[in-house]
Amino acid sequence: MSAAGAAPQQPEASSRAAHFRYVLRLGDTSLVLGQRLGEWVGHAPALEEDLGLANLALDLIGQARLFLTYAGELEGRGRDEDALAFLRDAPEFTNLTLAEQPNGDFGHTVVRQWLIDCWQLEIYEALLASTDARLAAIAAKALKETRYHHRFSSGWLMRLGDGTDESHARVQRSLDSLWRFTSELFAPDDVDERMRAAGIAPALAEPSSRWSSRVDEDLAAATLVRPAAAPYPWHGRRGVHTEHLSHMLSEMQHLQRTYPGARW
Amino acid sequence: MEGGVGAEREGRLRALLARVADPEIPVLSIVDLGIVRHVRQDADGRWRVGLTPTYSACPATEAIRSAVRTALDAEGLTDVILEEVLSPPWTSAWLTSEGRQKLRSFGIAPPEETVASPRRLWQAPLVSCPRCESRSTERVSEFGSTPCKAHYRCSACGEPFDYFKCL
Repeated sequence: MSAAGAAPQQPEASSRAAHFRYVLRLGDTSLVLGQRLGEWVGHAPALEEDLGLANLALDLIGQARLFLTYAGELEGRGRDEDALAFLRDAPEFTNLTLAEQPNGDFGHTVVRQWLIDCWQLEIYEALLASTDARLAAIAAKALKETRYHHRFSSGWLMRLGDGTDESHARVQRSLDSLWRFTSELFAPDDVDERMRAAGIAPALAEPSSRWSSRVDEDLAAATLVRPAAAPYPWHGRRGVHTEHLSHMLSEMQHLQRTYPGARW
Repeated sequence: MEGGVGAEREGRLRALLARVADPEIPVLSIVDLGIVRHVRQDADGRWRVGLTPTYSACPATEAIRSAVRTALDAEGLTDVILEEVLSPPWTSAWLTSEGRQKLRSFGIAPPEETVASPRRLWQAPLVSCPRCESRSTERVSEFGSTPCKAHYRCSACGEPFDYFKCL
């Protein structure tokens, strides 16, 4: 317990734990989404989109490596990126619930990707001003790639939304079913609050309203209708997941769990 | 005297780095790519080489790091420290003009703009065909064989080609 009046710069154990958690959440969302996209390899509707999804997956996993390596250092218990990615169980994962949702059809994957791209654009942009120089540097790197990702996902959202009756109906259905998970995107909790107070993370009001405008703009171009807000307490970021994550992890972690420390 | 030795060592290091090829696009050296961020001697007397990744997950990053290490070791420069630099993030504008020329003669169109604009969805940049120089080309896919390339096709000569995209 810290005494009242202690210098605020003095990093307490609990503030360091929040810092670890904050960075871990960013890394987990990138990792889980990257793994989901990787499931498309060899299955996308056309070779170009197969390459596109694989490229996005690769970027996301690269970003996850930067975040997780840093998170492991903040935690200070000797866990590196691999230990964090492959040796944690689902309740220890702190990704957005939206990221772990199954791929569905191509349009469903596009909607999930687009919602998270829009979120990452705002979060990374805001993190450029972080007092944590390393986090700001990772965000700057990731932001450039995320702009490409958003071009891909919003482009497909438009083609499918403003395409045939069939494609329109299907992406609208995906949007309606995935929308409920967006309630988690900008809902701050104690970790966000602590990090904001330390100048490490942004206040979420502005990114949230910018996200909302971008989403409306893209939806209008895609002739899709924004679903009504459906508040629901999703807690992927706190380790409370839908059933889909464990299944995904059992595949992702299979090799490292079966042959611990395997190298090739 | 000190400065002379330092300059000689720096020149030797830079020459060595200029001989390390990018594993994906072997006509380019890592210096051409603009990923060598610094070569310097710090107050502790140790020489440091800073490398930055092009894309955060570019698989070539680790291969490049190990190629540089091998090249340093081969010249007995085992005490040189290799470090990763993330900020400022790499941009395709750091490709040297020599690098751009090498790309073109290799059949890859060099980047056309310095910065990619996030809002230019439907307007792909005007890219000249590296074979016949026609500007009548079309983008087949924004994603190509490596993270840094997009896939194009020339409508004039019919050739498909890679475009080194802007980041």
